[in-house]
Amino acid sequence: MSEQRKAAALISGGLDSLLAARVMQQQGIHVEGINFYTGFCVEGHTHAIRRRDQKKDKRNNALWVAEQLGIKLHIIDIVEDYKQVLINPRYGYGANLNPCLDCKIFMVHKAYEWIQARGFDFIVTGEVIGQRPMSQRKETMPIVSDESGAHDLLLRPLCAKNLPLTRPEREGWVDREGLYDFSGRSRKPQMALAARFGIEDYAQPAGGCCFLTDEQYAVKLQDLWRARGNKEYEIDDIMLLKVGRHLRPASHYKVIIAREEGEANFMQGYRRLYPSMTTVSHGGPFALIDGDVDDPEIELIARVVARYSQGRSAEQVELSFSDKSGRSRSLKVKPMAAHEIPKEWLI
Amino acid sequence: MSRQIIDCRRLLCPMPVIKVQNAIEGLPGGSQVEAVCTDPGALKDIPAWSRINGHRVVEAATRDGEYIVVVEVVEDSAS
Ligand code: SF4
Repeated sequence: MSEQRKAAALISGGLDSLLAARVMQQQGIHVEGINFYTGFCVEGHTHAIRRRDQKKDKRNNALWVAEQLGIKLHIIDIVEDYKQVLINPRYGYGANLNPCLDCKIFMVHKAYEWIQARGFDFIVTGEVIGQRPMSQRKETMPIVSDESGAHDLLLRPLCAKNLPLTRPEREGWVDREGLYDFSGRSRKPQMALAARFGIEDYAQPAGGCCFLTDEQYAVKLQDLWRARGNKEYEIDDIMLLKVGRHLRPASHYKVIIAREEGEANFMQGYRRLYPSMTTVSHGGPFALIDGDVDDPEIELIARVVARYSQGRSAEQVELSFSDKSGRSRSLKVKPMAAHEIPKEWLI
Repeated sequence: MSRQIIDCRRLLCPMPVIKVQNAIEGLPGGSQVEAVCTDPGALKDIPAWSRINGHRVVEAATRDGEYIVVVEVVEDSAS
């Protein structure tokens, strides 16, 4: 009996990678999933943070897909290594700050290292020619294969018939006849294949798999880079870009104001990393300050935070300011009027 | 029986899952890993990861506002 071949499938949680892995299973391949965590993944974060979303059933789509397929899933933390991809993408950004082509190359490269370390035979992705304007075009397919180092060990079961033969096909590990020739932006062929497999419930990612395709998020990240004078970031920075209202009164600091209780709870966890402020005399939001501030600036921040509190029309609001070591002091200020907050402050 | 406690406070999913996965790698069957989390998603995601990777969840509970998941390593599933 011939040896059972093993493939690592890149599982994003969407339908395409689910189908690609399923097609391989149908051909008798042992499939295990790999899912990469860049820190920007949409996966569940906002649900975890925002209280009003918590009633919705939250699930990790990659785990869910793996469970449907009955395969193991290895989630790999690439937060550190990913910085180079995002900060300096050779092929540039897409519509927002999404470096999709570099990202794909990087992920396939990581998967290639993974299969070598584990004795797997090849890599599978759910890519479809023409599906995405930046990263999934006829011209980009060989770029991803070659620059990742995977070369002909990268198989795209959903569009393989439109591409040159890969090693798994040449060696007869998989049957090319059982692969597909999908192309273009239409989702119909995928939906039809899903129906044939009896798969009814699947995630429909709108723009892409990560926050970098989100315009609002990209604006906040760009602001952070501009203010710092470089594109460095830490995981805490990118987490906090997902929550609160961000205001930048001056280039050297910004204020993050919680919009509701869930965000406030989440932000409380950062009290020892950033100075913070909260209202005392009135119900109000919790706020973090990113940057070094002096006394007049602390007072200005207090007036802004008071503006977003229930005491916005009061003569005076009392707030408490705490530095990173937890030392706090009280401030009494007059809340800013709406028109006193310049639009440019809002990021 | 050895039980390793991992602090996943403030981490958002899937980081707690990754921490559990990495802690389990290389542990002998029967060892336990206890994840202490603040993201409620961990109560679902860690058990889901354990199910698909063949490990056993021996406890998933909420305690003092924190979410505790204890996973026992099943030998044949370690990879
Ligand atoms: S959407 Fe994000 S995760 Fe997906 S390929 Fe583009 S940059 Fe990578």
